[in-house]
Amino acid sequence: MTDLKIQLKAVEKAFGKNHVLNGVDLDVPKGASTVIIGGSGSGKSVMLKCILGLIHPDRGSILVDGREVTHLGAKDRDETLRKFGMLFQSAALFDSLPVWENVAFGLIQGRRMDRKDAYKTAVEKLEAVGLNEDVGRRFPAELSGGMQKRVGLARAIAANPEIIFFDEPTTGLDPIMADVINDLIVKTVKDIGATALSITHDMASVRKIADYVAMIYKGKIVWSGPIDKLDNSGNEYVDQFINGRADGPITDEAVKEALGKTA
Amino acid sequence: MTHALEQCGSGANFIFDSCQAIGHTMLKLFTSVGRLSVFIFHAVVSCFLPPYFGRLMVRQFIDIGYYSLPVIGMTTLFTGMVLALQSYTGFSRFNAESAIASVVVLSMTRELAPVLAGLMVAGRVGAAIAAEIGTMRVTEQIDALTTLSVSPFKYLIAPRVIAGTLMLPLLVLIGDAIGIFGGYVIAIHDLGFSAGSYLTQTWDMLETEDVMSGVYKAAAFGFIVSIMGCYHGFNSGRGAQGVGAATTYAVVSSSILILISNYLMTQIFFS
Repeated sequence: MTDLKIQLKAVEKAFGKNHVLNGVDLDVPKGASTVIIGGSGSGKSVMLKCILGLIHPDRGSILVDGREVTHLGAKDRDETLRKFGMLFQSAALFDSLPVWENVAFGLIQGRRMDRKDAYKTAVEKLEAVGLNEDVGRRFPAELSGGMQKRVGLARAIAANPEIIFFDEPTTGLDPIMADVINDLIVKTVKDIGATALSITHDMASVRKIADYVAMIYKGKIVWSGPIDKLDNSGNEYVDQFINGRADGPITDEAVKEALGKTA
Repeated sequence: MTHALEQCGSGANFIFDSCQAIGHTMLKLFTSVGRLSVFIFHAVVSCFLPPYFGRLMVRQFIDIGYYSLPVIGMTTLFTGMVLALQSYTGFSRFNAESAIASVVVLSMTRELAPVLAGLMVAGRVGAAIAAEIGTMRVTEQIDALTTLSVSPFKYLIAPRVIAGTLMLPLLVLIGDAIGIFGGYVIAIHDLGFSAGSYLTQTWDMLETEDVMSGVYKAAAFGFIVSIMGCYHGFNSGRGAQGVGAATTYAVVSSSILILISNYLMTQIFFS
């Protein structure tokens, strides 16, 4: 049996009457790259935030390295979060800080590393994502969307985490920059030997970075398997989604309903 | 008969709907009060527990204290001047012009400097805090803080609450002096008072407990402004509209709370 890094069992989450997660079951193998696909409002981001503890699930179990993380105290939560790095959809850079300090933020403020050492690490990580030291002195507002994503990636890997989450890593980027980011994700994840969990609806990105794929629809995992089985999954939801067809079980009505849940 | 039953039914529906609406409102109110209480508890605990972010604290002291000085100075200066003019208009009818100095001193130190400073800081600082933290919420920067093992309460909330609570008393002390000076300028140049006698009257009326009551009030107002700014920013809705609403709620709620708490503290200090 494959060694599992993260396991979700029957996870449920509702916001008022809107049931966003309806019993999610998911296994994330250690050292591999798993990608969750699904339409807007299908519950992808909520699921990721539940694993990180940013949102508390109503029911179900989430295991990280075999340890239940749904009801951790502040100290244990902090300890668990040190295993994670995350690249946010909007990069979520701190606009009041220069780029290098954004990259080194977790090291300086979270781990109390000396600022000089943190600066060196930040420059190394910026170089790992193809940015030079000069960029480190600029502010996030002075960077393009693609550069901001790179900085976000450098921040995510700054502390060499065991697990890295990628939330829509290529959204809002042109196809070439999206491919550059995909390559960087593959390279950096392999370099530090991390387990990666990504959510996206960009199929080019899925084919580039995934070892395993799972599809979420209406708050449930409707299919999961290795990337080479994706095109022959035999699942009508997956077929419709990866081929981008309007006809199929994922109807306009269902999409509207799902969008209404997170609105 | 049917008509009477229909009337009875619609009457019952009206009562049921009204009770439901009241119930909903009360539940919302209790939920909000509960959420705010939990937020305040976490914020206060974060102020006393390490780690402390010294650089951020200094930045907030400068933002809230130093940059509010011109606004507070202008507000209290003109308030002191108007107070002297209006007091003269009223007191001259009873040949009680000599009471102007005492009115200016008491009004400024006890009420006007702390309340006006609180309201001005609510508009300037409370709105800025709510907008900044609200934008951070919308752009996932607060989530990013958490994933980087940094508590948003300790990093964002505690420095602002500490700076707000400590800086407003200082601003009010400066505001007291400027307001009294405003009254002095009008009394000497417009109302024909002699500088020596006006200063003597002012000094005689200046009591430590009056000044301190204003300082205590200011500390409470500073806490209210910063905590309401942080609370509404932290719980901001999505998009520009959400941040705009958070900013409005922060200013309105802190202004109302300042006026209510001012009344309660005046009752406690002077009754």
